[in-house]
Amino acid sequence: MSTACYHCGADCFDAIVVEDKHFCCEGCKMVFKLLNENGLCQYYDLSDMPGLTAKGHFVSEKYNYLDSAAITKQLIQFKLGEQAHVVFYLPQIHCVSCVWLLENLHKINPGIIQSQTHFEKKEIKIVFNPSLISLKQVVQLLAFVGYEPVIHLGGNDWLKKKKVNKKQLYKIGIAGFCFSNIMMLSFPEYLSNDVLELGSLRHFFVYINLLLSLPVLFYSASGFFMAAYTGLRQKWLNIDAPIALAILVTFSRSAYEILTESGAGYLDSMSGIVFFMLIGRWFQDKSYDSFAFDRDYNSFFPLGVTVLEEGKEVNKALPSLLKGEIVLLRTDEMIPADAVLQTDGALIDYSFVTGENAPIAVAIGQMVYAGGIQKGRSIHLEVLKPVGQSYITELWNSPVLKTEKNTEKSFVHPWSQYFTMALFAIALASGIYWSIYDSHKILPAVTAVLIIACPCSLLLTVSFTYGNILRWLGRGRLYCKNASVIEAMHKVDTIVFDKTGTLTNHDDMHLEYTGTALSIKEMVAVKSVTRESLHPLSKMITQFLLLQVSDLTQFQQIENFIGKGTKAYCDGLEIMIGSASFLKSYGIVIEEKVEGSMVYLAIDGAYKGVFKINHSYRKGIDTMILKLQSMGYELHLLSGDYPAEKKYLVQLLGNDIPMLFQQSPIDKLNYIETLQNKGHCVMMVGDGLNDAGALQKSNVGIAVTDQTHLFTPASDAILEGSQMYILNDLIDYAKKAKLIIVFIFILSIIYNIIGMYFATTASLSPMVAAILMPLSSISIVALSALLSFSFSTKLRAKN
Amino acid sequence: MAVILILILVSVLVAGGFLLAFLWSVKTGQMDDDYTPSVRILFEDSINIVKKEVVEILPTSK
Repeated sequence: MSTACYHCGADCFDAIVVEDKHFCCEGCKMVFKLLNENGLCQYYDLSDMPGLTAKGHFVSEKYNYLDSAAITKQLIQFKLGEQAHVVFYLPQIHCVSCVWLLENLHKINPGIIQSQTHFEKKEIKIVFNPSLISLKQVVQLLAFVGYEPVIHLGGNDWLKKKKVNKKQLYKIGIAGFCFSNIMMLSFPEYLSNDVLELGSLRHFFVYINLLLSLPVLFYSASGFFMAAYTGLRQKWLNIDAPIALAILVTFSRSAYEILTESGAGYLDSMSGIVFFMLIGRWFQDKSYDSFAFDRDYNSFFPLGVTVLEEGKEVNKALPSLLKGEIVLLRTDEMIPADAVLQTDGALIDYSFVTGENAPIAVAIGQMVYAGGIQKGRSIHLEVLKPVGQSYITELWNSPVLKTEKNTEKSFVHPWSQYFTMALFAIALASGIYWSIYDSHKILPAVTAVLIIACPCSLLLTVSFTYGNILRWLGRGRLYCKNASVIEAMHKVDTIVFDKTGTLTNHDDMHLEYTGTALSIKEMVAVKSVTRESLHPLSKMITQFLLLQVSDLTQFQQIENFIGKGTKAYCDGLEIMIGSASFLKSYGIVIEEKVEGSMVYLAIDGAYKGVFKINHSYRKGIDTMILKLQSMGYELHLLSGDYPAEKKYLVQLLGNDIPMLFQQSPIDKLNYIETLQNKGHCVMMVGDGLNDAGALQKSNVGIAVTDQTHLFTPASDAILEGSQMYILNDLIDYAKKAKLIIVFIFILSIIYNIIGMYFATTASLSPMVAAILMPLSSISIVALSALLSFSFSTKLRAKN
Repeated sequence: MAVILILILVSVLVAGGFLLAFLWSVKTGQMDDDYTPSVRILFEDSINIVKKEVVEILPTSK
């Protein structure tokens, strides 16, 4: 019945057509026209319906704060003469077309010299000529084509990004180069006994090997030495200590052998193991650049606000907002600070802050809190408290949230301690043995033991397994901050859920109409009336009715009472639609009194029925909860909403789960703390600012979101809402990590035992070492990948 | 047989050249983004025909 918009794919209800192409709104049509005029229609060829729904969101006054030089200075990365560099975060980048269009911006406006996107980070780096185009115009252009940059108070530090990674790559490059060359140059040594006669060339090969091993020892392996040293200074034997020891012993013995011309050394094994371990570390450090795991409240607030000074609109930077100033807040803008309402028409959506479903109508003189979003028309607010002291920011300043998380050392370190002790025991034993039988063999045996039994295999196992698990979890759309999150998940025994946005889907609301059936004429009339209202509930009713009738009529008279209802005359009918109290004030009696998002309808003075809006619960939640319970987890539910749906929840999730409603952010935090004091290891699953404290306090905090680029509070992992129903599978998979590590490690011990045989009998030839080392490393890597893959069936099946 | 000395030295030098090229590419940031270039291949017209010289950002600025 409805066609898809050529630009963004949304359903088209109104007939907006250009050259046979349908559009859902004027916004999409305008973007198409702009691209068409500039010859950029390849945008549509590269992907299907690549555009982002404009839905009339483009408001140019929104960026007036960019006129201020102080703010511009903060954002511009670099400026010299006719070039200015700026980096923006564009979360809307999702396909090839996005990249193409964003890199062709210079065709739309010649003031833009160059624009380069980074797909994974969802960033764009724009070089523009400030004398031809201002920063504000750049932002306006981006917003107009659908890629509104996210400009926030605290989130513009592009300086502190990824410099560390380069060092890792340098080390890997050098280690790889040296390793492969040493390996190649060692072949003559292996084969010299049977095939080749080397003679004086032998010196040449070994000295080049020695030379090549120096960068590996001093540069590539430096990380291990420093970590071991740091650990030892704190009287703690971490996994780097035995590794550093093994590298040192191998090099020393090899250097001694080469310089005294008594052998060829084991430099190929040494450089090889350093190379593999560095790759393992790099593999484990997989990070999701476009997600922010460490947001604080600064990331939510805009950079500037519109302030009324003597009746004129002036743009001010947010931190400089003072008490007593009057803020002009437009539709869909966020309240920057706790304030008092000065004008009528406030409809505040606090769903992100408190978890309440429906927007609240606020009267003049009442307080509104920072973090709420205005859904009605423009209002004026008088600031009561500075930004940093609003209710929501005080939550962030709570000392609880300042403590560091998950600082316990990994389980790997104690294991490596056992390993090291066993190693020294064997070395000692063989040393004693040979001192009795053949004292010449003491040093070769002992050093060989230390060379071959490197706990490197433990490190490799752990690095590669965690790296694989992180990636597979990412495929299952659970993005973990780092590997320590996987470890923390092992110890969890209790899971606390939030309701709104976590178990329910923010965007997926469905409408139910109970009452007398409406005639077509009545439906058309109601729809025409609700279409005029900005209230999100009215919009839903309009959509709902649109599915049934597509006509519209003119209304003769309409009176909108914000927050209460609408009264209108339409097509000869008197329509009254709104809250129960609104209808009551006109004398219409309503029997049932149910809580929740209700919109009552009366036509010609007679009560007709009620529209009930429900957030739908995500599909599969009930089975998921049951499975979690069968896995042995203790579950809890904490919600900031009213207990209206308690009955339904008990039906859905069962009786065993403690459910608490109307929980403030502090309540949630305290609840988690109580559980932890009882000795539980708690996982919190929530979304929104109201869960921020709980997410931070819990041992593992998972932020649920349907739009991964938008506001996610500080968390350890981010889960896409659509994957909520396999949360049990995801947690189960993360727990497999330990299993895989143990299994592979046991297998690698077999290699160690074989190597030990050669080592303790002092018959470890360089060739044997050079075979064993890559063999064990590669088998570890392969096994880790194989096992991670085979356990991931459940994560892959549903995708 | 002694010619192998020269051969090896030269080959190590050539390999070293490749190593330097790798290190240089990491330094100039070519390894920072390993996904987007794969997407850019799909475009029909070459985008970066920017003739104007873009000033390089020095690490010490700002």
